[in-house]
Amino acid sequence: MAIAQTEIAKPPVFSGRNLYYQYYRLRNRPELILGVICLIVLAVLVLIPLFEIIYDSLTYQSYDLAYRPDAEVGAFTLFHLERIFTGPLSYALLIKPLMNSVGIGVCVTVLGVGVGTGLAWLLVRTNIHGKGIFSALVVIPYMMPSWVLALAWLSLFKNDRIGGSEGMFTSFFGVQPPDWVSYGFFPIVICLSLHYYAYGYLLMSGALATVDSELEEAGAICGMNRRQRLWRITLPLLMPALGSAIVLTFIRILGTFGTPALLGLPVRFFTFSTQIYASLNARNNGDAYVLALVLIVMAITFIWVNNRIIGIRKSYVTVTGKGFRQNEIGLGVWRWPATIAVAFFITISVVLPMLILLWESLIITPGVYSLEGLTSHFWLGEGDPDIAYGEPGIVHSPGILTALWNSCKLGVIAAVLNGLMGLLIGYAAVRGRGTLLSKWLEGVSFAPYIFPSIALGAIYIGMFSTPFGPLPALYGTFSILVLITVVKNLPFTSRTGIAAMMQIDKSLEETARVQGIGWFRRMTQIIIPMSTSGLISGMLLTFITAMRELSLIILLLSPTNMVLTGLIFNYNEQDMTQHSGAVTLLLVMIIIGVNLFVLVLSGGKGLSGLKSG
Amino acid sequence: MEKIELRGVQKSYGKEPAVRHLDLSIDPGSFLTILGPSGCGKTTTLRTIAGLEEPDAGEIQLGDRVVFSREKGIIVPPEHRKLGLIFQSYALWPHMTVERNITLALKEQKLSAREVSSRLESALEKVRLTAFRNRYPSELSGGQQQRVAVARLIALRSQFLLMDEPLSNLDAKLRTEMRTELKRLHRDLEATTVYVTHDQIEALTLSDMVVVMNDGLVMQQATPYDIYHHPSNLFVAEFIGDPQINRFSGNVINEGGIMSLDCGDLKITLPPELTPKTNTLIATARPESIRISEVANEGWERVTLDSVQPTGASTILQVRSKNNISMRLLQPGFMRKEVGDHLWVNLDSTALDFFDPESEQNLIN
Repeated sequence: MAIAQTEIAKPPVFSGRNLYYQYYRLRNRPELILGVICLIVLAVLVLIPLFEIIYDSLTYQSYDLAYRPDAEVGAFTLFHLERIFTGPLSYALLIKPLMNSVGIGVCVTVLGVGVGTGLAWLLVRTNIHGKGIFSALVVIPYMMPSWVLALAWLSLFKNDRIGGSEGMFTSFFGVQPPDWVSYGFFPIVICLSLHYYAYGYLLMSGALATVDSELEEAGAICGMNRRQRLWRITLPLLMPALGSAIVLTFIRILGTFGTPALLGLPVRFFTFSTQIYASLNARNNGDAYVLALVLIVMAITFIWVNNRIIGIRKSYVTVTGKGFRQNEIGLGVWRWPATIAVAFFITISVVLPMLILLWESLIITPGVYSLEGLTSHFWLGEGDPDIAYGEPGIVHSPGILTALWNSCKLGVIAAVLNGLMGLLIGYAAVRGRGTLLSKWLEGVSFAPYIFPSIALGAIYIGMFSTPFGPLPALYGTFSILVLITVVKNLPFTSRTGIAAMMQIDKSLEETARVQGIGWFRRMTQIIIPMSTSGLISGMLLTFITAMRELSLIILLLSPTNMVLTGLIFNYNEQDMTQHSGAVTLLLVMIIIGVNLFVLVLSGGKGLSGLKSG
Repeated sequence: MEKIELRGVQKSYGKEPAVRHLDLSIDPGSFLTILGPSGCGKTTTLRTIAGLEEPDAGEIQLGDRVVFSREKGIIVPPEHRKLGLIFQSYALWPHMTVERNITLALKEQKLSAREVSSRLESALEKVRLTAFRNRYPSELSGGQQQRVAVARLIALRSQFLLMDEPLSNLDAKLRTEMRTELKRLHRDLEATTVYVTHDQIEALTLSDMVVVMNDGLVMQQATPYDIYHHPSNLFVAEFIGDPQINRFSGNVINEGGIMSLDCGDLKITLPPELTPKTNTLIATARPESIRISEVANEGWERVTLDSVQPTGASTILQVRSKNNISMRLLQPGFMRKEVGDHLWVNLDSTALDFFDPESEQNLIN
């Protein structure tokens, strides 16, 4: 049966008929149109800001006229690069903060991921007591702002170095703790580690839960002892997850602002993020932009190296598997000691900081920790000109209530918008699987991941301080907080969106299509109802992140769009420690409350979705 | 009743051709099955008719309406083609009850509430699921889910039905049952039906017309009877029939004007209408067309039993001649034979087909 492959007959490209055809063809593929729109929006929100700060850092800006009065604004210059890399200020602006940041990053990553992995192993694979309660408690740091511990640390160990009130330690023992305990490198590392172990735990417990015991038993049959099995089988299987835990933690620490600001700025101990903040405050935006770019380059390099070492596997790979067994490893005589150790650790990382802040919020005079002086003034008081500059307690302070309202509004709006974006990106990427558009979409939506929070904030200041395209100048508005929160969370939500969409068989939509149901109705009747449960964990995460975020938005906050986290930071700077403690507790209670609410509502899903991220 | 026509349809994925060239004409109201091994392009063909895939070239016509023409620049999206489609996975919406699964598309068409409910009632009744209307798909068995998918088609009252291996997820007993149902559905709706399967029993039992495809091309389009008895090429001959057809290749010899095929032990006399142009030929014989005897007959070949597989109503025998030409035989009844026993077989040359070894085309018809 010889049939010649006939030449495909096509009308000329620009004939009316062909354009008509192409138009209908495009209408036939809504995922393409959607994909292009998403890609354009993403490019505007993610890539253009990046080019903007590259451009700004390579040209003279009006604020440079203080240094170079004869410079022409907008002309090409290496002035900013010279200042950072070769100038006399280079050591103070670049080298010192870089060394501090990298030092902190390495220490915290080692400690945090190490502790997190250990906990994950204990709680997932062994017969330790109280697994249920521990695994619920151990993720609480994830829900708290990372700098809560820094606040608690200050309450404990503040000394007389910078004036103002002193901490509990001085109050109880009458001895000033040395500077290296109160401020700088050491407390920053401890506080960050006690927070970031939760990231390591979440990633590693997800990965550990998927390692098939049979693989280890196969090793035992081949004559390996327990240690050999751990090193030769279990750990190599966990390498991708471990790699991504390390990268994720390290990049986050590079961009983290709250803790190094609280514990470092009082003694002029600068990290990259606080240096960017300081430069922007000093109106040296050029310095800040170059530093932000250095941070981004470092993050990209780190991700790249990780991907090269781990292989082509995605750095956030999770082995999904069904139908395998997991045997509990017996701890023997170590069962109780291990249980007690975990309980102790959770106490000092979760419970103790809360108690310290609670106490802090109940004392009448900063620095005087006695049981007599307890007051509910900072929660319920009407305001007294003699106490804390007359600032009333939480329930009466319009400032706090406005910030509370703003925080909640930010969390909810960002969560909904992110859910929607995740859904649309997921839809376009999954339906267009295999096309270049789909790849770009996934790539660009992942890009905010490489921007350390403080750097993204710096970029957005540069971009939105003046009207941008159809958008008015957004600086100081609530919208810019929503915008940046949505963008920063895109890597996560777009991945949950893609995962949710993958679970919806294509035929479910095609059936509707053939039955004459149009695109919009297919989305509202079939796709959205079927994917919400999958998107819930992503939306919850956005809510939590938005509520507790400081690094990302600190540069964008002003009195008009103040949120709780910014307020806490301000109170602390003004040494109003009772207010900062009370507001922090309020914030943590809201986040945990919402999380529990969603947990109940979604039948136990909640944060479990995070384990894959 | 409406016809379906495909003219010169081509479709490839990247450089991989899925459908090389397809001309297909489906008579109004008839049941056509596209049969072929996996990857032959049969599902792609179905999806191009539905509009879920866009051909690279060609023309598709449903009734009087051209729904796709690359040349004329016509492309009607699936939602406007007014078809019914059943997927292998049934594609029931898991978050909707049976009732809503059936009525969603009807409501979308803005039919009156009375019309919707009367169609729903009659569809549920036809598939005997009235009692299950408020269940969710996950609360139904596989067979019931399949019937919901069928009810959804019934309620739509489409003039064209497309079915993509709808029975392959069911167990053997249910499959036989559903086959009857699908056939009835086709008759009731009087819809022009295209059915895609890799299962030849489904193809032969259900269809008015069978199209065998391979590697993106139509190998043969014919009635089930002709597909089985007059395969137009070796591919169709070997693809259809279970156990598989026997194949003998040999040299053509001429003994005093009588042409025959020498296959070693076997000598097959060629029918007089066949005048081979080549020195070699391939002959095929259906397993059930080879006669057997337990005693020696003049001109019959003695063979040894290699395996005996009784399936109940019939028995499949595998035998071997003394020079190791093996054959599959199908005999009615439950035969109790031992491996190693001897039999005598005879090939009825009128029941044989002959193929050109180069082109693999049937030389007789």
